[in-house]
Amino acid sequence: MDYIPNTDEDRVSMLATLGLSSIEELFKDIPQELKPFSFNLPAGKSELEVFRHLQALADKNNTRLISFLGAGFYDHFIPPAIESITSRSEFYTSYTPYQAEISQGLLQALYEYQTAISSLTGMEISNASLYDGGTALYEAAMMALRITKRKKLIVDQGVNPIYRKMLSSYTKNLNLGLREIPTSEGLADREKIKNTLDKDTACLILQNPNFFGGLDDFKDLFQLAHRNGSLIIISVYPLSLGIVKSPGEMEADIVVGEGQSLGLPLSFGGPYLGFMTTLKKYVRQMPGRIVGETVDKRNRRGFVLTLQTREQHIRREKATSNICSNETLCALSALIYLVLVGKEGIKELSNLCRDKAYYAIKSLSKIPGIKMRFPAPIFNEFVIELPENCDAIIKKLLKKGIVAGFPLSRYYKGMENCLLIAVTEKRTKEEIDLFARTLGDVLQ
Amino acid sequence: MKLIFEKSVKERRATKFPASDIPPALELPDNLKRREEIGLPELAEIDIIRHFTALSRNNFGVDTDFYPLGSCTMKYNPKLGEIIAKNKGFSDLHPILPQLPDGNSLTQGALEVIHRTGRLLSEITGMSEFSMQPLAGAHGELTGMMIVAAYHREKGNKKTRVIIPDSAHGTNPASSAICGYEIISIPTDRKGVMDLKEFGKELNEEVAAVMLTCPNTLGLFNSDIGKIAAMAHSADSLMYYDGANLNAILGKCRPGDIGFDILHLNLHKTFGSPHGGGGPGAGPIGVKEGLKKFLPISRVVKNSKGAYFLDYNEPASIGYIAPFYGNFGVILKTYIYILTLGKEGLIKVAENAVLNSNYLLSHLKNYYHLPYNRTCMHEFVISGKRQKKKGVRALDIAKRLLDFGFHSPTIYFPLMVEEAMMIEPTETESKETLDRFVEAMIKIAREVEENPEIVKNAPHNLSVSRLDEVKAARELKLRFPVS
Repeated sequence: MDYIPNTDEDRVSMLATLGLSSIEELFKDIPQELKPFSFNLPAGKSELEVFRHLQALADKNNTRLISFLGAGFYDHFIPPAIESITSRSEFYTSYTPYQAEISQGLLQALYEYQTAISSLTGMEISNASLYDGGTALYEAAMMALRITKRKKLIVDQGVNPIYRKMLSSYTKNLNLGLREIPTSEGLADREKIKNTLDKDTACLILQNPNFFGGLDDFKDLFQLAHRNGSLIIISVYPLSLGIVKSPGEMEADIVVGEGQSLGLPLSFGGPYLGFMTTLKKYVRQMPGRIVGETVDKRNRRGFVLTLQTREQHIRREKATSNICSNETLCALSALIYLVLVGKEGIKELSNLCRDKAYYAIKSLSKIPGIKMRFPAPIFNEFVIELPENCDAIIKKLLKKGIVAGFPLSRYYKGMENCLLIAVTEKRTKEEIDLFARTLGDVLQ
Repeated sequence: MKLIFEKSVKERRATKFPASDIPPALELPDNLKRREEIGLPELAEIDIIRHFTALSRNNFGVDTDFYPLGSCTMKYNPKLGEIIAKNKGFSDLHPILPQLPDGNSLTQGALEVIHRTGRLLSEITGMSEFSMQPLAGAHGELTGMMIVAAYHREKGNKKTRVIIPDSAHGTNPASSAICGYEIISIPTDRKGVMDLKEFGKELNEEVAAVMLTCPNTLGLFNSDIGKIAAMAHSADSLMYYDGANLNAILGKCRPGDIGFDILHLNLHKTFGSPHGGGGPGAGPIGVKEGLKKFLPISRVVKNSKGAYFLDYNEPASIGYIAPFYGNFGVILKTYIYILTLGKEGLIKVAENAVLNSNYLLSHLKNYYHLPYNRTCMHEFVISGKRQKKKGVRALDIAKRLLDFGFHSPTIYFPLMVEEAMMIEPTETESKETLDRFVEAMIKIAREVEENPEIVKNAPHNLSVSRLDEVKAARELKLRFPVS
């Protein structure tokens, strides 16, 4: 099956217009020796056949487990109203709104997204999205290098290890200093960071809550960095900001994060949403599309893509970033999510997640041999230390239909017995109790 | 139309959470608490749905009408992929599951989709192996250039330059530059392709890679492309193929056979997944055998028992470039697209895209200047320089087209064509639609002669008239002043 409307008759008549008798003549610029050596693909199928094949593949995935797995990507409830809007093909079949007058719907939505996300993070401005939380962190680091004209990055090891690895791959060819600072008791190590900051440090990169789930008030570190002329980049879990001190309140310079928790399905790793907010004074160094308000010839309010002279299609090798396609439709989902949850709802939701996580801590702490690994306050994720290696425990719980969490040994030495557990509003008391009971049984 | 923030009514709600079945936690310590109000509106679900429905009705997409935006391949997006991507068996799947001990068996279906799509794309492009990880075309370019750097680092080569023709997409020089390379731009010759003499002069031991798209952004296939690849290889430069224009050559030639070493594809262009208003896309990269070891971590591989798993053991890899395995939802739609069309369908895509494009060109060249008068591939570039003499710019023509219900072509690109209008109809448009577009373009050409003001002041029929971009950039109102 194909999606081509023209018939053989249409093609004959179109070729006649061109004075040609076969389509092959249109490909005469491709030399004979460059014809495909092979093009061995299956024959096309009907929609029904493809649908059945994909249903069979979907059935091979197990999504029926009770999950306490997070590690930066969370299983929150997604209100159905989001899909009902993002499925409108006026949105999803459009492209980057270069022609503003015919794209006011999308441009206004992106302006609203910029408003919502900058308010949530407590910052002045936002762009219209980046690919994901990890590439957003890398873009923020590049932005800090441009603003400060310095060459060194300091990263706290409480930052998501995948994002740290991404940052390290991206900067490999750039002759930069990238220093990672180990955490102390699960939080940023003030002393070590202080001793590492120097006059060549472009930025200090932190995460809140950090990868271990720990919450921190970074205000002291921010002041320290600012006195040194360095910027602060902070990666945040947006749903925590319903109750947790915002980066703006701590006086951050650039805020980034993964927007998946704002109404996007886990979808095996993407598409997700990278967000970035900052201060107005840095807008010209910000990567990505930005929507601005303006007026038309009759002085009516309208919206356009603005500051395009930062971008690759105008500035080429001198652009602030190479980004072209972004994650607009995911930004639209995040906006609808935030609006549905609303001003009061987001506080309730943040509290609900936190309450459930603390209930899980209470229940799990009662199991003999289990202890909380770190003393810091948490949002909805925490680390427990088991009396034995996590891997065997994870396997045993999987057999009982429970995903126990993330084994921290994967990224941190000496944490072979440590399990990172996430609890969202979707987990019920019964499920948490079952988890505690099953874990207790398995450990006996 | 009012902003959603301007519609807020105190105490209105759209969501209700389950009543808590557990005791509340102790309060957050004071220094960790948020004090500032969050500037989100308070609305009922119906308010929100009506707001966004109204916005959608004030937006243009492929499903509303013809979108001949050059180099963006705005083809029809089949609905089958949209439905299947929403299947809970895919959409609810946590990406970390296969990384857990014994977790591999939980995601076999998803891993199979990724692996099979990579194999299909390898056959379509003539490459050895794909990484599905890059999240957009430009992200694929960056990943590709990181592989270029890794290749030369391993060989001990000190190469600092990348050759890119002046007709290239802006992402090409941008991606190479952020990877630390200096860009050498090669002019376009009179035939509309990279000037071979100039290329020969600039090609030396310092050139790490040659980055090209073929057909180029003028829609022209460079018949010397095989020769260019051989020249580059003799200087130990790698050939990078920007796959943005692959739609033109599906089944007609393969970048791998031509001699390209690395490429990225834009799944949201060639393989029918929607553009989403600017994203999400996907930009997987393919490489030749010798470069496989540099591909990003992790790779989805199949073992001898037919099970799929993630391979992290790649010591030469450039490392992590994305959090997981790529924009899975987009990869899934691509897999569905390729299976549905099959071999013959894909060849038909290229043939009809090129036919549609030449059909439009043959009609428009009588009314607009055609800088390179030869058979084009999937797209072509006309110039508004004839109209400019009457004081009408390409931008004006673009805006006037909106009045007739068409999206405009890509304008002022590529840069070497004065008043450029780049037109790509794609294969999914019918002859009738193309004829309507031609009619509109002819009508505009006549208006330029008879009543240029109507074109200069366009659009006239939309919810807003011409918007003031200068004011937007000067005043920089980038958000609504909520709390």
